[in-house]
Amino acid sequence: MESAPGLKVPLEGLIPQQGRRVASPWGEVAVFLLSNGEPRALLNRCPHKGGTLAEGIVCGEYVFCTQHDWKICLKDGKAAPPDSGSTPVFKAGIVGQHVVIQKEG
Amino acid sequence: MKRKILVVGNGMAGVRCVEEILRLEPDAFDITIVGAEPHPNYNRILLSKVLGGEGGLEDIILNPYSWYEEHGVALYTGAEVTGLDLEARTASLDNGQELGFDELILATGSLPVMLPLPGVEKEGVIAFRDVKDCEAMREAARRYQHAVVIGGGLLGLEAARGLLNLGMQARVVHVLDCLMERQLDPFASKLLQQDLERQGMLFTMEAQSERILGEDRVQALQLKDGRVLAADLLVMAVGIKPNVALAKAAGLEIKRGIVCDDFMRASKPHVWAVGECAEHRGLVYGLVAPLYEQGLVLARSLCGAEGEAYTGSTIHTKLKVSGVDVFSAGEFNEVGETKAYRFRDDFSGVYKKVLAREGRVVGGVLYGDTSDSQKILQLMREPDGEARLSALFGAASKEVKEAAGVEAMAPADIVCSCNGVSKQSILDAIKTKGCSSVDQIKACTNAARSCGGCKPLVQDLLKMAMGPDLAEEKEHICDCTELSRDEVVAEIKAKSLSTGKEVRMVLGWKNEEGCSKCRPAVNYYLNMLFPDRHADEVSSRFVNERLHANIQKDGTFSVVPRIRGGVTNPAELRRIADAAEKFNVPMVKITGGQRIDLLGVKKEDLPAIWAELDMPSGYAYAKALRTVKTCVGSEFCRYGVGDSTSLGIALEKKFEMLNTPAKVKMAVSGCPRNCAECAIKDVGVVAVDGGQWDVFTGGNGGVSLKGAELLARVDSAEEVIALTAAYLQHYRETANWNERTAPWQERLGLEAIKAVVLDPTRAPGLVERMEATLATYKDPWAAAAKDAGLWKDSAAKALPVGQA
Repeated sequence: MESAPGLKVPLEGLIPQQGRRVASPWGEVAVFLLSNGEPRALLNRCPHKGGTLAEGIVCGEYVFCTQHDWKICLKDGKAAPPDSGSTPVFKAGIVGQHVVIQKEG
Repeated sequence: MKRKILVVGNGMAGVRCVEEILRLEPDAFDITIVGAEPHPNYNRILLSKVLGGEGGLEDIILNPYSWYEEHGVALYTGAEVTGLDLEARTASLDNGQELGFDELILATGSLPVMLPLPGVEKEGVIAFRDVKDCEAMREAARRYQHAVVIGGGLLGLEAARGLLNLGMQARVVHVLDCLMERQLDPFASKLLQQDLERQGMLFTMEAQSERILGEDRVQALQLKDGRVLAADLLVMAVGIKPNVALAKAAGLEIKRGIVCDDFMRASKPHVWAVGECAEHRGLVYGLVAPLYEQGLVLARSLCGAEGEAYTGSTIHTKLKVSGVDVFSAGEFNEVGETKAYRFRDDFSGVYKKVLAREGRVVGGVLYGDTSDSQKILQLMREPDGEARLSALFGAASKEVKEAAGVEAMAPADIVCSCNGVSKQSILDAIKTKGCSSVDQIKACTNAARSCGGCKPLVQDLLKMAMGPDLAEEKEHICDCTELSRDEVVAEIKAKSLSTGKEVRMVLGWKNEEGCSKCRPAVNYYLNMLFPDRHADEVSSRFVNERLHANIQKDGTFSVVPRIRGGVTNPAELRRIADAAEKFNVPMVKITGGQRIDLLGVKKEDLPAIWAELDMPSGYAYAKALRTVKTCVGSEFCRYGVGDSTSLGIALEKKFEMLNTPAKVKMAVSGCPRNCAECAIKDVGVVAVDGGQWDVFTGGNGGVSLKGAELLARVDSAEEVIALTAAYLQHYRETANWNERTAPWQERLGLEAIKAVVLDPTRAPGLVERMEATLATYKDPWAAAAKDAGLWKDSAAKALPVGQA
């Protein structure tokens, strides 16, 4: 794990159902803890008009974009119908006191 | 025995023709389709979406495998027909199999034209025609930087747009000086080029390609004039040619395409052709509409329902190029005697041109706004079209349309301006997708999903299309539950539900964690019912109400401090100016509500700028009382008969921070000239000479214009405040979340509202509950600044793994 390229975000900064913005070499990443404590990470850019997702309302495995209320799946980054498009998701897992985020998913 | 139909080609034309056959005669034929690509029929027009990563192949599939199964259509994918024996009526496949047929439909489509440049065989030189090409481009985008597309037609531009989306530098090389010259006139073409350049696309115009340079893989494209353009990927999009090799080998007559008669019969019996491979009256079509028209004619012929012959299609194109709407029809370049009518709006990027000759409309171009396309096509069919052109170029057409209602709208007219949904798409959703409510239409087409202003039009269309079949729509708060707002509130009270989670569990929500509509709504109802008990559920608040600032399109925020009644002083203005300078605020703007908006503030700067301002939050972001707009009033104004500024300030002070179902705007005017515009406010107060005040309610100047109605005339400023408290509390207790006072007042009726808020036995209870609620509020900026949890973004600095 230590050698793979990735990011570490301290767990103590994360609140369930409230996203966080984190700068990364791949662009700004939105990091979430679901209500069950599972981490999720995706590019902080709605496929619609690039809106920030990190501050959206989180419901189950979905986040609703702050700009026009698109519903984005946190598992695969896809917009729910009738909208289409998707945003890249990253692999996110908890390692010790951090959420580790990796590009290859 | 059923007759056997063999269709060679599993693309849009062939499969559409099969659909038409199945519709006419569902059981008459055994149908087999052979397709060279390893996929079911997909929408080739949308390939650029797949290329740009906006969707996967599954998103553009028109007929999934299950469709073929359900209709008993045998499908061979990834298989090629290598030979035809028209005497024996057999076709041989590349896997050695032989298929017999009674009727043969050739729908082999077309092939991309590859320029025979030296080096064309190099790796990284591809066409843009199918899924395989998309995959090659996506693969290239992962490893390389420079893409060159030869061809500035529609296909080339779509390829370039997709490559831009993939993060490549995309350059289009075009042999002429105008893009899409087959669809656009030079002016529209230049507009398009400018729009695309703004999107980051590069252009080399009037350039002839000479040779492709590189070792195994392409490295550059050399032009005739000697220039060399770097290219790790070279896409040829210079045109298509009908794919006729198979038909030719079978001895069918070929000119440009497979020659067909008016019923799409090829030159030998029992052989038919449809789509881009077919030539009809000397023309080969490459657009979808003609192909579908041909498919219908062919299907009718095969089913023995031979009706009208195919006489050719009027060529018109309506498309979206990189987000820009474009339409053209007939002739669009002026020659000789043609008269041109033009309209330009440089601010909204709209250009329209219509050409007429001898009183007839002969064609036109629309750029940026194609809502008039159907009108142009209609005028082209009329002998005196030119005389009726004025309808296109004035505001008149729009007024007529609105006055006459939805029946008078043309199919292509836009109903939902936010999402660009036409009347036709909504009717299609009702007819073919079985939508029977506004919600279903919303989910299916996006209409009425953004501002909601077109909801009445959508409702009218439903009534028009369904007539008496239209069921009463039961209002439910969102798709997570069938319950209405009133039912939810009643259940919360009856079962003493105390949190949003409990509400969703006990009342059987379909989605355990709700959605962006019900979560804030239920949180509001709980706050409204139990102001002193319910702990506000922050994760169910929209970001604005969580961070106490208004999110902007770029993720920054706007900050509006409280300036009660629009009255401020030099010290406050100085602090605002200092704060704006200190935090490099990009825009300082006076709002419509007589306040000052600091726009473009970074999230992490919010607590500090609030501290610097040292003013309370103006709640410009919340479902709450926003501001009380006032005119100067009797203190200075020579017409003023009441002290509007003092009353405005008192009202704002009283009700500021009050959460309401939707935003509430107020105003106070010092005389009936009404400079504070009370008639379009949720609560508007106007002074009457002699110390009295008129209180108007339920006005709206936004999505749907509505004049406020007189609730009561009262004798003092204190009475204004008490009446406002009763009115707002009644609204808080009975309105749907996100329902403004205007539709609420219309729904309940002014008289019914008066009967409650003016009733001396009921008003005091309302005022008392209002007071209890107001007592729980504290200025959020001071509290939020101290809540480190809200601002952890800046603290959540990521550390690269391995350097921790």
